[in-house]
Amino acid sequence: MTSGPRTPFLRMEGVSKRYGGVTALEDVNFACVPASIHAVLGENGAGKSTLIKIIAGAVQPDEGRLLIGERTVRFTSPVDAAREGIACIFQELSLMPDLSIADNICITNPPQRFGLIDRRAQFRRAEALLARVGCADLHPLELVKNLPLSRRQMVEIAKALGRNPRLLILDEATSALTAADVEKVYAILREMRNEGLAILYISHRMHEIKALADTCSIFRNGRHVETYAQGSHDDEEIVRLMIGRELKLVYPPKPQQRSAIDPVLEVRHLSWQQRLADVSLTVGRGEILGLGGLDGQGQRELLLALFGVLSDQRGDMQMNGAPIRISGPAMAKSTKVGMALIPEDRKTEGLMLPMSIRDNLSLAVLSKLSPRGVVDRAQEARHVDDAVRSLRIRVDDLNNPVSSLSGGNQQKVVIGKWLMTAARIVLLNDPTRGIDVGTKQEIYELLRKLADAGTAIVFYSTDYDELIGMCDRVLILYDGRIVRELSGAMINERSIVAAALNLSDKDASPEAASVGTAA
Amino acid sequence: MTRRDVRLLLARNRGPLLALGVFAVMFGVFLHEHPRQISVNLLTTASNKAVVLALVAMAQTLPVLTRGLDLSVGSIMTMSACASSVLVNGSPSHVAFGIVLVLFGGLAAGTINGAIVVFGRIQPIIATLATGAVYFGVALLLRPSPGGDVSEGLSNALTYAVFGVPSTFLLLIAVLLLVWLPFRHSVLGRGCYAAGSAEGAAYMSGVRVGRSKMAAYMLAGLLSATAGLLLSLVALSGEASAPQSGAYTLNSIASVVIGGTSLFGGSGGMAGSVIGAFVLRTIGDLLFVFDAPPLWQPLFEGIILLGAVSLGAARVLRIKNRLELFT
Repeated sequence: MTSGPRTPFLRMEGVSKRYGGVTALEDVNFACVPASIHAVLGENGAGKSTLIKIIAGAVQPDEGRLLIGERTVRFTSPVDAAREGIACIFQELSLMPDLSIADNICITNPPQRFGLIDRRAQFRRAEALLARVGCADLHPLELVKNLPLSRRQMVEIAKALGRNPRLLILDEATSALTAADVEKVYAILREMRNEGLAILYISHRMHEIKALADTCSIFRNGRHVETYAQGSHDDEEIVRLMIGRELKLVYPPKPQQRSAIDPVLEVRHLSWQQRLADVSLTVGRGEILGLGGLDGQGQRELLLALFGVLSDQRGDMQMNGAPIRISGPAMAKSTKVGMALIPEDRKTEGLMLPMSIRDNLSLAVLSKLSPRGVVDRAQEARHVDDAVRSLRIRVDDLNNPVSSLSGGNQQKVVIGKWLMTAARIVLLNDPTRGIDVGTKQEIYELLRKLADAGTAIVFYSTDYDELIGMCDRVLILYDGRIVRELSGAMINERSIVAAALNLSDKDASPEAASVGTAA
Repeated sequence: MTRRDVRLLLARNRGPLLALGVFAVMFGVFLHEHPRQISVNLLTTASNKAVVLALVAMAQTLPVLTRGLDLSVGSIMTMSACASSVLVNGSPSHVAFGIVLVLFGGLAAGTINGAIVVFGRIQPIIATLATGAVYFGVALLLRPSPGGDVSEGLSNALTYAVFGVPSTFLLLIAVLLLVWLPFRHSVLGRGCYAAGSAEGAAYMSGVRVGRSKMAAYMLAGLLSATAGLLLSLVALSGEASAPQSGAYTLNSIASVVIGGTSLFGGSGGMAGSVIGAFVLRTIGDLLFVFDAPPLWQPLFEGIILLGAVSLGAARVLRIKNRLELFT
């Protein structure tokens, strides 16, 4: 602590949390003091979210204890945390869309008169708080669902302030804000810090942390690595502290650099709502193109846009040199286009869980297997057997529901289902999340085999190791745009992390000025 | 109030206002075409017919607001009507005691529903389907064959008019003002809206979601019992009729939707449901004055319901990520 010893408002001692076999937090000691803005840094999955969920009372730790001042506390629900003066602004908004702004702002502790909610007092409180966050133009009786995302975020901040917190937690709270709003939020946060509030600030934006934080803590793989006073480490040291893990998996060898890309799919100036901005990319035959960056920077939307799920998107698409407009998944998978999307959430978008393994595998090719409207069972069996064998899916009986398989085998079914369409372009949305190392390895080999056979692959992963091991080129997205293109030896952890944080990458890449154009 | 306040108020109450408009037109046509002079009697009959359904629809509104559904409202009503035909008679004190017992039974039934949904974490639709069968079974035990005896004095008082206003209608207004209005603006009621709108967000905001849902089902039971009590007073007897119980349950859902409450939870209210019930009940009267066969009634009810639901479905047109259509 630079400003002398201060009693922490909140301390964590030896806190651990596991989800099934995955350790989210391990033996974490952490403290935050009043009148300070404390930034928490870490990669995807470093344990930041679990940390704040524990402080907010949404998740209970398996081990360790929480102290407020000198008193041990146990939060069984967010209500308990709120009672201690802890208020959170979450990444996923915690507003109720069908309620008015005033209702939302006062939901935790509405002003009451005769046992009922005093709506006039509520209206006045909402008005005052909206004015404080610089949104006096919003009418407190407007429904939240009618507001644009950036405005909702400001309401969320007003809501947290309305609870008169002693500890305010902001989890990526500025990610949806416009630049003007961000300035307002900074001013409010500094003011509140000066009033003696403890503020925990989670953000991936290094410039925000530099502008705001007094203290920073770095988390990695569920462990608290280091806490330092802002300014005592430079960017490169921070990046190094955030990485620091060894490669464990063996990836199939990449082919030699080819001289030119033989483009299969070309996208020019793709934009959608506020989530994708002017994205242009090319993916070639036999190439694995990686999409990287922090979670939620538009990678998922980009894949959905390519697959025709989003309506009202702007921009042009070309397939094999001819312009094309994809109207939806049905057209995307047709033989004419030959695209496949392996979705991120296999349970809702990839599989029909109660249906059999056989039905799930053949679903995407049913029209090909049923020439006269009736499914040709013999042909179906042949195709399904092929898929099971080539993917080495471990099954007892193909008639069992697909939900009876392990996570890794379920994922293979999703992949197998789309491979049966003999797609020329395969889009993958974080396909190895939550599956075991052995299956991951098999999926890597399969993808490389597909690429070698001429398939164009677009591969989004939240795991940087995978991007490094698998991809011929990697595009890093930030805020819905492509901020950097990496290829060859440039695909390394340092440049990926630096690009993901949108830092200028002078040390990591001598030719920084030239990247961004196609390799 | 500024113009903006008015605009927001109108926008928030679009559903009930639309239903009110539909009802006004229908009832206007009914009164215009009716062969007899408009009399207090005519209004009283119209009100008596609709008031039971209106009460059941009010009961249904609460679980629907929390994004649930209560398929047992009709059965609780039938059970209460049967209980009333056994209990609500004799001396005034006996009658009063009987009423308390009947209402308490409804509250208990609602409490069981709520407990199963909140603590058992069973989907409301199946939980209340099961408990509804149980309550109907109780109704059959109480009254194996139609009949019984209900206090006539009370029946007369409740099925006539006070200063030209049907007393059943006054009862509805009383429930709206004395039960619904306070509930809606209590912390519990606010919690029902919050839970229906985004349960996770409500939980993270420190709303006691379980408590609110519990209250919704309990109050639904109580209101259904009130409906049953009134049904027995109108009929002067009790009958455990399965078709009647089922029809009231389904019509209550229809009334709730016509009245502008979203089946996705989070928006709407009881006043709309009352109007919805009146709209449904007026269809039969309209067919009567136009000499149309009463067999047409279900067909017209269906068309009105479809119309009401289509208005609520307009949001789909604004969705840009087509995956969100399915959530």
